[in-house]
Amino acid sequence: MSAETLRLDGNAAAGLLEQVFAFDVTVARSTCAGCGQTSPLGTLLLYGGEMGAVLRCPSCESVQMRVVQVREGYVMEMQGVVHLEIPPTVG
Amino acid sequence: MSFISRGFKGRRRTASVAGRLPPGQYIVDGFPVLSAGPTPRTPLDRWDFSIVGQVDQARRWTWAEFLQLPAEEITRDIHCVTKWSKLDTTWKGVSVDTLLDGLETSADYVLAFCDGGYTTNLPLEDVTGGKAWIAYEYEGQSLEPEHGGPARLLVPHLYFWKSAKWVRGLELLPEDQPGFWESLGYHMYGDPWREQRYWGDE
Amino acid sequence: MVATRPRLTWRVATVRDIVPETARVVSLVLDVPDWQGHRAGQHIDVRLTAEDGYQAQRSYSIASAPEEPWITITVERLEDGEVSPYLADELRPGDFLELRGPIGGWFTWETREGGPLLLVAGGSGIAPLMAMLRHRAAWRSPVPVRLLYSSRSAQDIIYREELERLAANDPDLAVIHTLTRAQPKGWTGYRRRIDREMLNEIAWAPEERPRAFVCGPTPLVEAVATLLVDLGYDPASVKTERFGPTGG
Repeated sequence: MSAETLRLDGNAAAGLLEQVFAFDVTVARSTCAGCGQTSPLGTLLLYGGEMGAVLRCPSCESVQMRVVQVREGYVMEMQGVVHLEIPPTVG
Repeated sequence: MSFISRGFKGRRRTASVAGRLPPGQYIVDGFPVLSAGPTPRTPLDRWDFSIVGQVDQARRWTWAEFLQLPAEEITRDIHCVTKWSKLDTTWKGVSVDTLLDGLETSADYVLAFCDGGYTTNLPLEDVTGGKAWIAYEYEGQSLEPEHGGPARLLVPHLYFWKSAKWVRGLELLPEDQPGFWESLGYHMYGDPWREQRYWGDE
Repeated sequence: MVATRPRLTWRVATVRDIVPETARVVSLVLDVPDWQGHRAGQHIDVRLTAEDGYQAQRSYSIASAPEEPWITITVERLEDGEVSPYLADELRPGDFLELRGPIGGWFTWETREGGPLLLVAGGSGIAPLMAMLRHRAAWRSPVPVRLLYSSRSAQDIIYREELERLAANDPDLAVIHTLTRAQPKGWTGYRRRIDREMLNEIAWAPEERPRAFVCGPTPLVEAVATLLVDLGYDPASVKTERFGPTGG
């Protein structure tokens, strides 16, 4: 049961991320600080299981963002993202 | 009281092991796999383990040299911060005391570093005095890559995220420096008996 | 200009019905108060709380069309599962289930987005794709669809009769099964894991500018997505949703 078999994608982190952000994160796009590729968050590779969300670039696998749900609230870090593009949300 | 799901109990067992479980933990069958990234696959002929940082002289062992070091068989309970525990897990590895034997340092802390970039921090005194190993066997078999093979840090008295998988060395430091999870909300020390899971937990 | 939406909050739904699909799989029909609707492909998070406060949480794709009055999730009972045995075996109509959603606008499809569509499912990965097919049927949409559905055996095909019925009445919908472990006597269909050759035979040609949705166990999803790109599919047109090791 390898890390690769277990990994999910940004779709599975959306419930958690939408506690932090007020928009549909899976259609937002991030530009990777590691390789410059821009990808929708729904396509980022998700690791971390119950420890937290570790979202990695689908192209270079470097960490783009991490989120942990702590006792009260969340801690989030996005050093691996150059910027996020957030399209208007429909409905 | 928040919503209760009628009849839901979950997978846990707690009954017959009272006293061995830290607060908030549950026994589970199996050995859950959790990773922050893809499984590293360093070939053994390129693997090494180093002691670096604030030391008089850095040390390094190749895999062949590492296997020559005196090793111990260890049986311990392990506790994950995600609440599962496993009792009486068996390992084989080299005590960190062996690796640090005779080393001169003024450092009080270590940062374990690993293939794939994972790090975790501990006080030096929590990896010495018979409390920590570099383990390369689990249950009598070579440690599988999914569980941190070829070798992982094993520090059973702290939450299991401190038992860093794919460990490649220890950096000795004068100050405590948060590792991968510690910089994201998890407790700097992580004592399961005081339930030190997150920042701010006493 | 970003239009924000209401934050996802946990709410308590009522179980209206429990529908057996296969020996291992059931569908739960849920009445969710103040449900604002969803798009085909989205999912919900379900949370179970024991009396001592212990909680477990899982995600399930919504299998029903947005046009239906209640939402349906389809749950495969996993041998060593913690949540799925509760949902599949313990819940009764009239019970309550805490959930939040809908979640995830990436892996979604609406008829107005057009096609042709290539849907590839492994096991319970059929659930979000079924929402798309049910949505398409509700609109009598002519968008051409090919569904390639990998199951262990004929008994494990979820929604089998409904898929047959939808395809029988619709020349623009083709449902192709592959049965990887056991096949019924006289089976003339595929009997192996999805591979390059199979996709070559089934998939729309890249020149038709198809949209692909792939869902199921992570290894299947990643293999199929790679193969589609190798076949010439624009990577941006291949959307994936990984269900982890077991497909739900």
